[in-house]
Amino acid sequence: MPEQNDRNIILHDHNHDGVDRRGFLKCMAWAGAGALCVVQGGVLKSYALDDPFMMHKAEKNDLCFVQISDSHMGFNKAANPDVVATMKIAIGKINAMPAAPEFILHTGDITHLSKPSEFDTVDQLLKSARAKDVFFVPGEHDVLEDNGQQYRERYGKSAKGEGWYSFDKKGIHFIGLVNVLNLKAGGMGSLGPEQLEWLEDDVRHLSKSTPIVVFAHIPLWTIYPDWGWGTEDSAQALSYLKHFGSVTVLNGHIHQTMQKVEGNITFHTATSTAFPQPHPGAAPSPGPMKVPADQLRSLLGVTDVNYVRKRHALALIDSTLE
Amino acid sequence: MKRMHGIASFAVLAMALLLAAIPLLETPALAGPPTAAINIDNFSFTPPTITVKAGTQITWTNKDDIPHNVVAEDNSFKSKVLDTDEQFTMTASKPGIYMYYCSIHPKMTGKLVVE
Repeated sequence: MPEQNDRNIILHDHNHDGVDRRGFLKCMAWAGAGALCVVQGGVLKSYALDDPFMMHKAEKNDLCFVQISDSHMGFNKAANPDVVATMKIAIGKINAMPAAPEFILHTGDITHLSKPSEFDTVDQLLKSARAKDVFFVPGEHDVLEDNGQQYRERYGKSAKGEGWYSFDKKGIHFIGLVNVLNLKAGGMGSLGPEQLEWLEDDVRHLSKSTPIVVFAHIPLWTIYPDWGWGTEDSAQALSYLKHFGSVTVLNGHIHQTMQKVEGNITFHTATSTAFPQPHPGAAPSPGPMKVPADQLRSLLGVTDVNYVRKRHALALIDSTLE
Repeated sequence: MKRMHGIASFAVLAMALLLAAIPLLETPALAGPPTAAINIDNFSFTPPTITVKAGTQITWTNKDDIPHNVVAEDNSFKSKVLDTDEQFTMTASKPGIYMYYCSIHPKMTGKLVVE
């Protein structure tokens, strides 16, 4: 496995948490500035947005998709009184891409209060996107009161269990997980034994060279336990994926971009299209962050993901709504 | 003249009824059950632990811009989802120690002691 050596980008891991200071600062900068992030065999490179490296080099067999997250339709407080407008801008960004992405992943908190009208609005807005399909996973705001029944009726009719599923696109295996149900007091996100069992079985038949993309709402790596930014049993889930050459985990929930490489797994969180949340521990709580109106759009955004077949790598491009 | 007298009588009667009604309206508030308030603010229950006498009416108020709920770990009580400024009120009737949390944000926990 020659790319194994290339994956080691952590030069100064002072806290033994897999993140060095330089890498961390780089990650934090993407949220505000908007940058093209290319991950090749685990090695991370970033480019300015006006240097659309991947777009120019993308070939016919490459896969390009977009991740959006946390649209919180129905939210109308000071942090963003018009979440419809910002979601429209996000869709405008997607439609302005040089080539239409294959599909859109929405990593949850589609709505703010699980109201049917909020789901309807998002569905209506997404109809104007050039991408053909949208794949969802639920956030905790989408399963209020009914344990996700309405969510599954809308988006998960062919899903398993409480809404988890997998599919294949151009040789890449995508796995959508649900970690926002049956949460225990004092705990974080949870996958549960039934879903873990399904996951183990789902990847059993795949060849070890199959690239895997896992997407779920709450991060599958522990970012900040005090705020519940992690998933209790994610280590078990990731253990089923450790033998694969390339695994990418895409999450939402924390309304900011963060990235981490751990062994064969690259973790990435996306910004919200609705409102920003503070950096871990930077505020008394993870509630919506009020920023001056002229700064809001620089803290919201979409993530373009490119899989380049011959390079065996995923490129993640976070762009803000500005 | 007779008619005027009738109106005057009515006015006196109405006044008397009104005066009588004032203490009636005030009485329930004075003699009502004891109350207690818990705020939900910054993803926390404040105060995190509260001790009340059985029969106390407890009201949780969500002051956050994010919805929360109030769920007993033993499922003995559960609120609907509370959006900003919405309240959940219940009467704590049975003595005991109740651990509760927000099932949407389970890091939020509280303790209710009913004596």
